[in-house]
Order: sequence, then structure tokens, then C-alpha cells
Amino acid sequence: MDLNTIWFILIGVLFTGFFFLEGFDYGVGILLPFLGKDDRERRLMINSIGPHWDANEVWLITAGGAMFAAFPHWYATLFSGFYLALVLMLLALIARGVAFEFRSKSESAKWRSTWDWIICIGSAIPALLWGVAMANIVRGVPIDANMQYVGTFGDLLNLFALVAGVTSLLLFTLHGANFLAIKIEGPVAARAQTLSTRIWPGVIILSLIVSILGYFETDVVSRLGPAVIILPFSAIAALCSVGLLIRRKRMGWAFAMAGACIVLFTLTMFVGLYPRVMTSSLQPDTWSLTIDNASSSPYTLRVMSIIALIFLPIVLLYQAWSYRVFRRRLTSTSSLEY
Amino acid sequence: MDIITLARWQFAITTVYHFFFVPITLGLSVLVALMETTYLRTGNEHYKRMTKFWGKLFLINFAMGVVTGIVMEFQFGMNWSEYSRFVGDVFGAPLAIEALLAFFLESTFLGMWIFGWERLSKRAHTATIWLVAIGANISALWILIANSFMQEPVGYALSNGRAEMVDFGALVTNPHVWLQFPHVFASGLTTAAFFMLGISAYHLLRKNQEMELFRTSFKWAAITGLIAAVSVAGIGHIQGQHMIDTQPMKMAAAEALWKSEDPASFSLIAIIDETDRENVFSINIPGILSFMAYNRMDGMVHGINDLQAEYEQTYGPGDYIPPVTISYWAFRIMVGAGFSMIFLAGVGLWQVWRGRHGVPNRFLKILPWAMALPFIANTTGWIFTEVARQPWIVFGLQRTEDAVSPNVSAGTLLFSLISFALIYAVLIAVDVYLLRKYATQPELELLSSE
Repeated sequence: MDLNTIWFILIGVLFTGFFFLEGFDYGVGILLPFLGKDDRERRLMINSIGPHWDANEVWLITAGGAMFAAFPHWYATLFSGFYLALVLMLLALIARGVAFEFRSKSESAKWRSTWDWIICIGSAIPALLWGVAMANIVRGVPIDANMQYVGTFGDLLNLFALVAGVTSLLLFTLHGANFLAIKIEGPVAARAQTLSTRIWPGVIILSLIVSILGYFETDVVSRLGPAVIILPFSAIAALCSVGLLIRRKRMGWAFAMAGACIVLFTLTMFVGLYPRVMTSSLQPDTWSLTIDNASSSPYTLRVMSIIALIFLPIVLLYQAWSYRVFRRRLTSTSSLEY
Repeated sequence: MDIITLARWQFAITTVYHFFFVPITLGLSVLVALMETTYLRTGNEHYKRMTKFWGKLFLINFAMGVVTGIVMEFQFGMNWSEYSRFVGDVFGAPLAIEALLAFFLESTFLGMWIFGWERLSKRAHTATIWLVAIGANISALWILIANSFMQEPVGYALSNGRAEMVDFGALVTNPHVWLQFPHVFASGLTTAAFFMLGISAYHLLRKNQEMELFRTSFKWAAITGLIAAVSVAGIGHIQGQHMIDTQPMKMAAAEALWKSEDPASFSLIAIIDETDRENVFSINIPGILSFMAYNRMDGMVHGINDLQAEYEQTYGPGDYIPPVTISYWAFRIMVGAGFSMIFLAGVGLWQVWRGRHGVPNRFLKILPWAMALPFIANTTGWIFTEVARQPWIVFGLQRTEDAVSPNVSAGTLLFSLISFALIYAVLIAVDVYLLRKYATQPELELLSSE
């Protein structure tokens, strides 16, 4: 396998990890004002992701950095092209990030409820936008012969992308509810479970619609053959098991399966994209950015590969360790930091 | 306004703002780690309370640094896509490495530090804050490796219409970064020290509870502040000499030196006329600029006009003169703030040394105001090093005007510029409010033993 492919896979892995991990962070944030009935419950919810949310977000920062280093044209076209969407996302991430730290630093009820809503909206916006962005990357956007995005913000708001956005929003919410159910003891967990079972059928329907739209709106199947359909099908199959597992009180498994659904959908997109990195809707065959025409020099890829090979396993080890340290459920008597 | 002006303003605002929070994080993480280490060694609860008090303030700053940092990483692609295409092969690598080596380390172990007081052994807990401090400073190193490439490009070759990396070792051993990084590292410690001095002075004046805590903090901060501020100046001197060799135009702009001089005089104050390329009025001290450049009282320092002519020879016709007035004053304010800090930290340390009766109130009253000094110096320092490199975004390789994203409209840019400015304005108010609240009320539950 050539280095360009390896870096494409690596970036895919980083986004997959990011969506899996930050997915439940977004979900917990979105649910904060709805599932937490009093201040203590809301603090429990925030503290359940407290030790991890920042490190989870670093998956995105690293994915962005890896894109810049390995495929500068991908980075340049995507970030300048999706400009307004990214501004919205950044504003949301800024507000939400400080909200975790600031929220419990004043006693005032008004202060706290303001930050709670900032966390909620600040989590919902990126959760929605990621679906929109990913769908557009696969579907194709107006990119000219010079790799420049020549469309508008409105071009990103097509039906397929919008449905994908609502799907990612709800899927992350489901993932977050499952996370709360396994991470907290008491009434919040019970409410999270109920909510999971309620929104679960809706997420299935949306996932089906998005997959069907994807079949018509993208050239993935015609380009890569019908075998790729296995991926979205297994994603939806994993999703179907979630509600059944919750009914049998297998919350750990339910969490894993919704997570598997996120992973499989992300893989669908990256597999569907390969060997492109951004599809041009104007001239898909000649103007699309690919792992070859968008990439860095072989030397840079080699250097970066060595560094990633050494450090990525170390990062995975200590992140896993941090989840182990904080594996215990939070209860009504746990001491809270946020 | 055109897109270049707007993109520049946005970069300037978001970078300067981000850099309010970075240096204090770099320095305070190290100092908090030292406090906890002292607690670990001595078992004295006093140091645990110190760790918690300064740790809390550290966290409030850290959050702001993190969220404003994401903007920085996205912005190269969003506003400077032509730059990203041109140098991504070289410049992207340190950014990716920064995330992989530093951000993961910093964020994971900070989470463990905040939430791990009861879950981890004392030793492991102390280790986590050290890993945070190391992560933070490694991140500074890699981003400065990237910035140093813009100041002094090395390890690249021009091929396929872009700068491609040919020597990673050269990029990492860029002489520029090994001056710039120590300069920034020591600035971080200086910033943290003056933060601690100001807040400790506030409490010592009011004879609040926890006097011991603030007496110790004051001493730590005075020692750190003096050593670090002297280091910043010393390294800065060497940086200036390096600049004469590698970016002479930057040095000439710092001095508003239009004509080459030998021996060159140091300008104390000048009224600059950039259109006629001369100083309307100036007070000079003979020979000092030569001394700054060569450690002796004579030696040729090239002036702006001569360098402009030379650059036209090398790079073709064009205007190679940076905004001289901004460069000149940013440099002077930076140096002035730096020397004031050396003086204040020196006086502070002397008072601690001498005073059986504590530090005199007269002096303590100044210190809360002096907290502004490191922020002024850090900001003007960055403005100087970036502005005085203009018109280049990468010295000698790409001009800033050629680096901007061609497909982002002025209206869009204006929208994002206003959005960031607004949210940043609100957040600075909230941040200052919280810092004040937690800095001035140490008797709050945060210090009560848990």
C-alpha cells in the first residue's frame, strides 16, 4: 500500500475516533437541559464527560493537522470552501468549551442555566454540521479545475446533506443518552434510557432515508460496486439492535452498538470517497481532489508516517488508561469538579 | 475593505487574543507542577492549598487558550488557503505533530489532574500536572518551529510550484526556533510570575486569611520573575543579532533606521514619516545599535532604503518595507515592558530578602497593576515579529497578499471577523470576572480541605 493510501486511512481513523468519542460528548451536551432536572443532576451529566471531552476534541484537531500535513490541497479546499459552516462550528465549539469550565464557577441560577443552554446549542450545532459536511464531501461540491471551491454556502444545504445533518444530530444524541445510562446512577440514567428507546426508531428511519438518498445522490455504488452497500447496511443493523438491547437492560452493549453504527457510517463515507478526498460536482472525474493530486511530497509523508507510527500507539494507550481511571459510575455522592 | 485587509485583521485579532492565554498557561503549568511536587516531597498541606489556588486560576485561563486555539488551526485553511497550498508540505507537518505529541498529552492528563485528586496516588497525580506542563511547552515548541519556517525558511526546496520539505532535521534545528522558543518559554514564566506577584500583593495588602500562602507565592514569583525576565531580555539580545543576519529589514524597521550607519545609533524616540521614508524628528544614542548587533560600539547596520534597493535586485520590483511605525513602537513597548518587569521583580526579590517586616505597602500597591506588563510585552512582541516580516508571509518565498483564500468573499470575511470579535469580547469579560472572583476570594470552598 502506498503512503498516500495509508494517510487517507489514518485520517479516516482519526475522524472515526473523533465521531465515536466526541459523538457522546455532543449527545450529553445536547441532552443537558432536558435530562438534568436540577443543578446537581446537570453537574453529574457534565462531570460524566468532564475528564474526557477536551481530549476527545483533540481527535479533530489532529485530524485537521494530519490533513494539512498529508493533503494540503484537501485542507485548503475544504476549509476555505466550507467557510461559513466552519465559522458557525468554531463559534459553537468556543462557547461550549469554555462553558464546561465556567458553568459551575458561580452560584447564580441564571448564570448556570445560561451556560447550560450554551452547552446544549454549542453541542447541537457541530453535531448537525458534521453530517452536513460529510454528506457534501461525498456527494460532491462545486470545485473548479484549480481545486477552488466555487460554490456558495447555500450549495451545502441540499436535501441529502440536510437529512444527513439531522441524522448525525440524532445519532449523536442517542449515543450520548446511552453513555449517560452507563456512566451515571440514578434518575438521570433512567431518563436517558427512556429517551434512547424513544428516539431510536426515528434514528433508524433517518438512517434508512440517508442511505437511500446516498444511493441516488452519490456515485459511490456505481464507482465502487454494490459490495459497499454492506457497510451502511451493517450500520443500520447495529442501530436496530440498540433498542432491543436497552429493553433487555444491556446498556453497555446498546452503547457499543450505537457507537458501531457511527463508526460504520463514517467508514462508509471514507470508503465511498476513496481514492478521492473531495468530489467535484462540476467534473467528478477530472476536477476531484484525490489522494494523489492533493497530497504532500513522498518525503513529507514518509517523515510523518514514522512519527505517527511511534506516537499514535502511545496516545491510544494513555487515553485508554484515562478512561480506565474514570471507569466508575458517578453517583449522587460523587464529588464533582465541574 | 478588501479581503486581504479583512483576513489580516481577523488573523491579528484571533492570534493576539489566543496569545493572551498561551504564555500564562506555559508558565503557570510549570509553577503549579513545582508547587505540587513540593507538596509531594514535604507532605505540607500548605503547598497543596497553593497548588489548588493557582491551579484553579490556571484552569480558567487554560480553557480560553484551548478554545481560541482551534480557530488558529482552522484559520490557515479558511483564510489563507493559497498559503496552505504553497507551504502545507512543510508547514502542515509541525502542526500535525503538535496535535499528536502535545495536545493529546496536555488534554488527557489535564482531565486526569482535574478529576483525579482522589482517584490517583499523590505521586501519579503530580506526574499528571508535569505531563500537562510538558505538553503545553512542547506544543509551543512545534508551533514555533512552524512559525520559524515563516521567518527563516529552511529544509525546503521549491518544486511542483510549492515549497516541499527536503530536510525535516533542518526544519527542527532551525536556528531561529532555538532562540524563539527559549524566548517564549521564559516569557511564559515571566507572565505567570507577574500574575502571581500581582494577586499575592493584593492579598498581602489586605492581610486576608491565607497570608502564608501568599507570602510563599510572592517569594516564588519574585525569584521566577527575575530569572525569567532577565532570560527573556538576554535571549532577545541574541535574537536581535541573529535578526541582523537573517532578517535585516526587520531590525531596521525596529529602529526606524532608514539609512545604513556605521557606527549605528540607537533611536530613543522618533517621529516617522513612512511616505517620505525618513524620520521627522528623532533622539539617538550613538553606537548603541552597533553594540546591540555586534557587541561592540561600531559595525555597519543596514538601513531600510538600502535594503529596499537590495531586495528589489533579489526579488524584483516591489515594496519590501514593513509598516515601520508599528514595528518601531511595538519593539519599544515590548522592550520597555520587559525592562520594567526586570526592575520590579528585582525590587520584589530584594524586599523579600531584606524585609523582616514584609514587603512595604507602597510597593505592593504597584504590583496588581504590573500584571498588565507581561501581556503588553507578549502582545507587542508578536505584533513586532509578524508585522516587521511583511510584506512576506514566508520570508523571501511568498507575499501575504498572495496567500489569502481567493474564494472567500469580503462580505463573508466581514461576517466572520465581526462574529469572532464579538464572542471574544464577551468571553474576555467573563474570563476577567471569573479570574477576579477566584483570585480575590481564596477563602472560598475551593481551598477547604476536601
